[in-house]
Amino acid sequence: MNDDQTSGLEFLEEPSDFQISRRDFFKVAGSGIFVLFTLGDTLLAQQRQGSRLPTDFNAFLKIGEDGRVSCYVGKIEMGQGIVTSLPQMLADELDVSVDSVDIVMGDTDLCPWDMGTFGSLSTRSFGPSLRAAGAEARQVLLELGSEQMKIAVDNLATEDGFVVDKTNKEHRVSYAQLAKGKKIERHASGKVALKKPAEFKIMSASLTRRDAQEKVTGNAKYTGDIRLPGMLYAKVLRPPAHGAKFIDVDVSEAKKMKDVQVVREGDFVAVLHKYPDVAEEALSKIKAKFDQPTSVLDDKNIFDHLVKVAPAGRSVSTNGDLKAGESAAKIIVEESYFNAYVAHSAIEPHAAIANIEGGKATVWVSTQNPFTCKEEIAKELGFPSQNVRVITPYVGGGFGGKTTNLQALDAARLAKITGKPVQVAYTRKEEFFFDSFRPAAVVKIKSGVTDKGKISLWDYGVYFAGERGAQHFYDIPNANTTAYNSSWVGASGSHPFATGPWRAPGNNTNSFARESQIDIMAAKVGIDPLEFRLQNLGDKRMIRVLKASAEKFGWKPGKAPSGRGRGIACGIDAGTYVASIAEVKVDKGTGNVQVKRVVCAQDMGVVINPEGATIQMEGCIMMGLGYTLTEQVHFKGGDILEANFDTYQIPRFSWLPKIETVILDNKELDPQGGGEPAIVTMGGAVANAIYDAVGIRMHHLPMTPERILEEMKES
Amino acid sequence: MTETIQFTLNGKPMKLTVDSDRMLLWVLRTDLELTGTKYGCGESLCGACTVVVDNIAVRSCQTPVKHIQGREVVTIEGLMKEGKLHPLQRAFMDHDALQCGYCTPGMIMNAYSVLRNHPKPSAADIIEGMNDNLCRCGAHNRIVQAIQMAAKEVEGGF
Repeated sequence: MNDDQTSGLEFLEEPSDFQISRRDFFKVAGSGIFVLFTLGDTLLAQQRQGSRLPTDFNAFLKIGEDGRVSCYVGKIEMGQGIVTSLPQMLADELDVSVDSVDIVMGDTDLCPWDMGTFGSLSTRSFGPSLRAAGAEARQVLLELGSEQMKIAVDNLATEDGFVVDKTNKEHRVSYAQLAKGKKIERHASGKVALKKPAEFKIMSASLTRRDAQEKVTGNAKYTGDIRLPGMLYAKVLRPPAHGAKFIDVDVSEAKKMKDVQVVREGDFVAVLHKYPDVAEEALSKIKAKFDQPTSVLDDKNIFDHLVKVAPAGRSVSTNGDLKAGESAAKIIVEESYFNAYVAHSAIEPHAAIANIEGGKATVWVSTQNPFTCKEEIAKELGFPSQNVRVITPYVGGGFGGKTTNLQALDAARLAKITGKPVQVAYTRKEEFFFDSFRPAAVVKIKSGVTDKGKISLWDYGVYFAGERGAQHFYDIPNANTTAYNSSWVGASGSHPFATGPWRAPGNNTNSFARESQIDIMAAKVGIDPLEFRLQNLGDKRMIRVLKASAEKFGWKPGKAPSGRGRGIACGIDAGTYVASIAEVKVDKGTGNVQVKRVVCAQDMGVVINPEGATIQMEGCIMMGLGYTLTEQVHFKGGDILEANFDTYQIPRFSWLPKIETVILDNKELDPQGGGEPAIVTMGGAVANAIYDAVGIRMHHLPMTPERILEEMKES
Repeated sequence: MTETIQFTLNGKPMKLTVDSDRMLLWVLRTDLELTGTKYGCGESLCGACTVVVDNIAVRSCQTPVKHIQGREVVTIEGLMKEGKLHPLQRAFMDHDALQCGYCTPGMIMNAYSVLRNHPKPSAADIIEGMNDNLCRCGAHNRIVQAIQMAAKEVEGGF
């Protein structure tokens, strides 16, 4: 999710207990120097939309009497590496060793309220604010040191946890001594200067991930790994399809099983046992009747349906005069593009453990938004929200999918009913059934190009994908961009099940459509696709990344289809510019597409950790091949036909292309997002490469072998 | 059926009286409290539950406990020797071959078996051997590099 588009989020949270916990929090937090700060200005602006939401800070750091630095933040670790990068940034600003920084994350009793963890925000938004807090703390330490050492601040420096006299480094006082017995509270003012990239010692270094050793030894605890004394594993009866209504149930066979506990409250039916597999077996013995859902939608007719029910369009941008653009054009191209619902498919399914003692619920949840989850649980249990604590262990992948927390509500409800700790962990089938899919979407584009190869017209409409990435960046004198349903969620009557943000939400769909359309025009006027882009671009950053990727690739100009199987696509996401070139081989007999090589160039502003950025780019490229080639949710009448990884194919080792990445350092610009941009170019680059290989134009994502064969037959 | 199963677990003799039709994954995770082995799909399709039985990678989610009678089982918890990380574990750390880490134990155990059976694996051997282990974060490139590095280190025996 990016902060340009948080409008799709609903603020359900009402952290009414927050003021209380804030008062209490300094009592429990002990002595030391505290700096309160906010992660990301835009986020706070969003939070202020609700008057009852806290507005002053959502993270704090503490320098304790032992000299250790602790950072408390409601964000969570799901693979993006902030458990390593946040301490790294703090340590550098504070001049302490990274080992002396502890980070406490995702615990609603210990951390201040936070909106949730969404991919691309980490470095871009957390970075500056976290570093500002570190710089503020360092300033406080210098002031305290000055007082104690009777030396002017200007004559002091900080070094490895000490304030030192610049003229005599032996003369120094440790942060621990300065924090002793103090209770100093500061808000990060943002006025203390941050270190310059050239001064970075720790931030620019590639550190081994902090969580790496735990994760390679099997010691890392994910939610499902937590075991409480007397805990029961629960399996809940699920409807066979979305919209199917419960009629009746026979639990007698399950009841006969030894030590199995059966719970029934209306249509909520669950079985519990101390072993999850026995609970699963008990569930299989339950005979339930549901009526047939009335929905007639399926994965084929959904696109017509969406266009039909789309709300009025919202103009994203407009310039020039479309009519003039049309008359200036020699060639007009009108196309539609489609993409399927796509699942998040983190390898860790949603899990939760609830324990209720003395009227207080403690719930461990695999979630991206623990504070939202806390409020949802409080509502479910009828508890005041201060009596609910959510703890977030390591999360085994999120990608936007762990923002719905139904499993936590099941666990809490069952813990209340049974009086025992209860774990609810989804099976893979439940994971697919309850996923908030990336929305199916349609893009319609009418564009025109002059006899000189200049784009004169661009009329773009996107249905249900969202606005992110909808805005083109080419030099087009007459253009209009309209979004029909600007969010990844749709009004009732649109999507037949839950939809939500999926890595770089909206932008995969938009970039695929835009970059395909550009390529079609290039082919129609007989110009090399790279050259066509360059001659229609004025944006220097985009020109630079395109040229960088072409150079790395060894791009040789030629009109498509050249038979070489090379495709190019570019895009902007989370402030980062990206251009990718894919080389593919298409098996004309089977329709199978093998992506042999991907070159990806990126301008992401100042690069803080090049190795980390490269890893994210590689991850984007691999994950992007999935939505590009195979991933689609089949469904019919509310029934989700995907139950496991046999029909729903995600990328695997045999798909691994040769990946080459180029990161263009742009010192003029603050760090931009790195976790998502590269993924947005994969659909377009591969579609264009397929066209270049075999001369067929794919309008549907994913580009499955069946679709490739069908298209080849038609052409 | 309840029966007594004797096997070697991470180098130590183990005796369990258990319903022998239960899957090894759940017996490991609950009865034996070894939660490094993960559930991902329950149908041998993702590899998160991979353990090594007599030097061969198996999917513990589809392996009834009765099948390990008298056999030698190694899980992710059994790879460290005398407090030292196994070369595969070290290589996964050094190459950043993990992100969320949930598939990692299964990846490492599967790679352990690949190396047992291909002492000098080519990149193609590794890709073929690892192809049924799924990673959603896209760490594939690094995982292949890590296994190649570990292969060099363990050449000539574990």
